[in-house]
Amino acid sequence: MTARRLGAFLVLFWLWLAGAAWAEVAVPALKARVTDLTGTLSAEQLGSLENQLKEIEGKNGSQMAVLLVPTTQPETIEQYSIRVAEAWKLGKKDVDNGVLVLVAKNDRKVRIEVGYGLEGAIPDASAKRVIAEDISPRFKAGDFAGGLQAGIKQLAGLVDAETGTAEQPSYSCAAPDDSPPIQDAPAAAQPPADLTFGDRVAGYLRDMPVWIIVVLVIVGTLIRCAIGPFFGGLTMGSVVGAGAWFAWGTVEAALFGGIVAFIFVLVGLENWISMAFEGSSGSGSSGGSFSGGGGSFGGGGASGSW
Amino acid sequence: MKLPTVALIAALSLSLSGCGYNAMQAQDEQIKAGWAEVLNQYQRRADLVPNLVNSVKGYAAHEKEVLTQVTEARAQVGSIKATPELINDPAAFAKFQQAQAQMSSALSRLLAVSENYPTLKADAAFRDLQAQLEGTENRIAVSRNRYIKAVQTYNTTVRSFPSNLTAMAFGYQTKPSFEVQDEKAISVAPKVDFSTSGGK
Repeated sequence: MTARRLGAFLVLFWLWLAGAAWAEVAVPALKARVTDLTGTLSAEQLGSLENQLKEIEGKNGSQMAVLLVPTTQPETIEQYSIRVAEAWKLGKKDVDNGVLVLVAKNDRKVRIEVGYGLEGAIPDASAKRVIAEDISPRFKAGDFAGGLQAGIKQLAGLVDAETGTAEQPSYSCAAPDDSPPIQDAPAAAQPPADLTFGDRVAGYLRDMPVWIIVVLVIVGTLIRCAIGPFFGGLTMGSVVGAGAWFAWGTVEAALFGGIVAFIFVLVGLENWISMAFEGSSGSGSSGGSFSGGGGSFGGGGASGSW
Repeated sequence: MKLPTVALIAALSLSLSGCGYNAMQAQDEQIKAGWAEVLNQYQRRADLVPNLVNSVKGYAAHEKEVLTQVTEARAQVGSIKATPELINDPAAFAKFQQAQAQMSSALSRLLAVSENYPTLKADAAFRDLQAQLEGTENRIAVSRNRYIKAVQTYNTTVRSFPSNLTAMAFGYQTKPSFEVQDEKAISVAPKVDFSTSGGK
């Protein structure tokens, strides 16, 4: 348990060194096709929009989603929108047929973010028209559900016109696998720690000054650098094992220290750090009914206000 | 004789993967891809300019100053060879950025001027061009942002602890990125010009 805490401390320490800084307005988790954080749409309206979007995906394969937020400040709607698009990954991977309709209600701004794959079907000028002609007038009148519905219908029509609705099978051919690209989390090789063994390990760690650990991490990284992960791990493992044997005089301590050092160096500092990053940034896929297929966006689309 | 050589090569290749060599290669490719996208979007913008100028000319031919500025900026941008090697030459990179910044400010001035012509604003072709230009500007912003991030990742690798030794051994250096200063230049330039031109 303490070993894990120590690991966490080390990771935090290195993260702090890396000077990681994070951004401002949070991107909500993608759970449904329509995400309303403003409480504007009624349950009924949410349901009908949801069905409309689901139908579109069934028909021409494109994944469209709607997000209503109170505001995107301090960012512009474009900056926030691309962050949402990057996080949600709407559209199939490598087909990139995703569309995000983002409404910033208090800012009175709306944006249609178009995935790479649909930039031909929905050029910026068309997206702008959809906003100006279908969405804005209804929003002006306070009819948010109607505006969204009309806008989405128009967008779907544009995609249909480009792909030809009948050609839907060729679409699915182009994307042989639409499962989201979930990387298997690398099985972090945790140091072996039985329960009976735990207390003694905690004792070892308590006895060890932090600076020694820091020095060991640096030396281990250097050695790994010089002679490679495996031999570096072996060397470091033997050195630490011998040191532990001297310090505590037990085979167990020597084995434990040696194995931990070996594994640490074998995996390497930068990989530990990247694992920690993945662990902290990956939201752990909430098991929702809807998720993005891995499509990417390049900032295409249009914004407007009402 | 032979065995130590083999061992040396094995150790070297192992250490290369351990010291961030491979990571630097991958990140370098990422930068190149990012840069290609930036160039691509700038090119897209430059391609829009002639049509935009023509459609404005149709309604506001006497706004010669602004139109000339845009055309000149377009020529300037076109005269700089936008090659992938640009990222390895800070001086040329700065020049390229300056030309693009000039283009940005000239275009925003053109759009500001066009606000004064209701018939132009109502013109469908002009509106489409304007939407395209806005979209392209946003794509430029996105691709620049991604490029900045890629460079940041690479530079962090080059400068942070174990991998900086590899970078030193292979003579890899940090790469230039877009600077905040340039962003400022882009956003401030139109204002400056309004006060100096005094024509409008």
